[in-house]
Amino acid sequence: MSALLDIQNLTISAGDTTLVSNLSFTLAKGERLGLIGESGSGKSLTSLAATGLLPAGLSADGSVILDDQQVIGSKDSTINRLRGTAVAMVFQEPLTALDPLMRVGKQVAEPLARRARRDGRPLTGAALNQAVLALLDDVALPEPARLARAYPHELSGGQRQRIAIAMALACQPDLLIADEPTTALDVTTQAEILGLLDRLVRERNMALLFISHDLPVVANTVERVVVLRQGITVETGPVASVFANPRHDYTRSLLAAAQRLDHALEGKP
Amino acid sequence: MSLIRVDNVSFGYTAERRILDGVSLDIAPGDTIGLVGESGSGKTTLLRLLLGLTRPDSGSITFDGQQLDPTNRSFMRDFRKQAQVVFQDPYSSLDPRQNIGAIIAEPLRSLKVPGDHATMIGEALEAVGLTRDIVTRYPHQFSGGQRQRIAIARAIVAGPRLLLADEAVSALDLTTRIRIVDLLARVSKTMSLLFVSHDIGVVAALCRRIVILEQGRVVEQGETRAVLANPQHPYTQRLLASVPRLTIKKASS
Repeated sequence: MSALLDIQNLTISAGDTTLVSNLSFTLAKGERLGLIGESGSGKSLTSLAATGLLPAGLSADGSVILDDQQVIGSKDSTINRLRGTAVAMVFQEPLTALDPLMRVGKQVAEPLARRARRDGRPLTGAALNQAVLALLDDVALPEPARLARAYPHELSGGQRQRIAIAMALACQPDLLIADEPTTALDVTTQAEILGLLDRLVRERNMALLFISHDLPVVANTVERVVVLRQGITVETGPVASVFANPRHDYTRSLLAAAQRLDHALEGKP
Repeated sequence: MSLIRVDNVSFGYTAERRILDGVSLDIAPGDTIGLVGESGSGKTTLLRLLLGLTRPDSGSITFDGQQLDPTNRSFMRDFRKQAQVVFQDPYSSLDPRQNIGAIIAEPLRSLKVPGDHATMIGEALEAVGLTRDIVTRYPHQFSGGQRQRIAIARAIVAGPRLLLADEAVSALDLTTRIRIVDLLARVSKTMSLLFVSHDIGVVAALCRRIVILEQGRVVEQGETRAVLANPQHPYTQRLLASVPRLTIKKASS
């Protein structure tokens, strides 16, 4: 079976500065991969390159094949067909991802209707409303009928992120890219959102590209990891073996730092 | 005697909604205390009260046995010499137009601290692991972790007895965060530290005592080890259970 996302020798540069160099990984349907790195590692740029969303001024070389379509060098209109069918994204800050002037139910309705149109069975009126409420229920929002009429500022951070996830799911993507989806949330809310993502990815057999600086979060979310440092892949492999037997000094230093906090919580010195 | 005593303090920006409700805590000289809470817990408001920027609606805050009173200017100036702050964002807390020497000299100047300022600045820089020769450089030439070191140097240069840190490591990368935690641990050997954070792991690594704040109330406080080993309040238990651990749960099929 061919991979859903196949990145080979991806290099991203801004003029003469190389930001990501020679990155390669593949992701098949139902697989969950984590991109780990600190600031400047290129993890977010990689996710933007994967969807053809690199900002002007940055150039990508190499190959990014998403759902059998080459992304690098393709016209925006070509890639646009993939966004919202092959791939959908959830970002760190749900407040900036949502339109402040539109009721959240309507924001979820838009991608739902678009996906239905593309599939040749348009959804409108009561049927569309029904689908919105079902989706809000699926992301475990309480009282979907009431919350659908709310504006983003009336919701908590966790509820907003659930809306952003509902919008991504409305596209029925094969691949979900989540870029630091819980970093802006309180730890108790984070636990709920991670549980939700885990359930949805399993139920829908989606592939997950999970981008995070937080090792414990990654450890409990994905199966494989790619560790990035300043755009260079330092290590890759199954999360259990990379975390148990890190081969690279950088991975070791990251793990040692995370372990300090783990041990402190366990009351160990 | 406590260095700072917060006694039954309540505060609200409006009459209907209390941000802090009957909060009491003590900071002993030389102690390290972590104040843990999520958004809306009132931890930042409590810090504002401790800095004397806002007055409580009821209850009292004393420093060294004396009531914290924003209207008493000579007392407040003396208080600022003794209590300094480090903020969350090392990018916005340093004036981009001043060089490092001027930034660190600021509390010495404004508090009219006597003595050889250049020597004091040099010592503060070395205490935070930087070199004396950076005084002529500017904030944009430094990384986030280095800037936070500069902010800590500014906070300790006047020799305060209390350091207040508001999410001082939250904006930093993990490996940098640990280094700054180690630095704060070192610095806190010569002064009291109140460390405000949403990150209970960092507090566990740094603070001898812990205070758990939920929606304006202290739900639990005590020695960090004891609280972590045997959390009593359901909220503390839920908070601890929510923190993701490195130990990987049973591999999923």
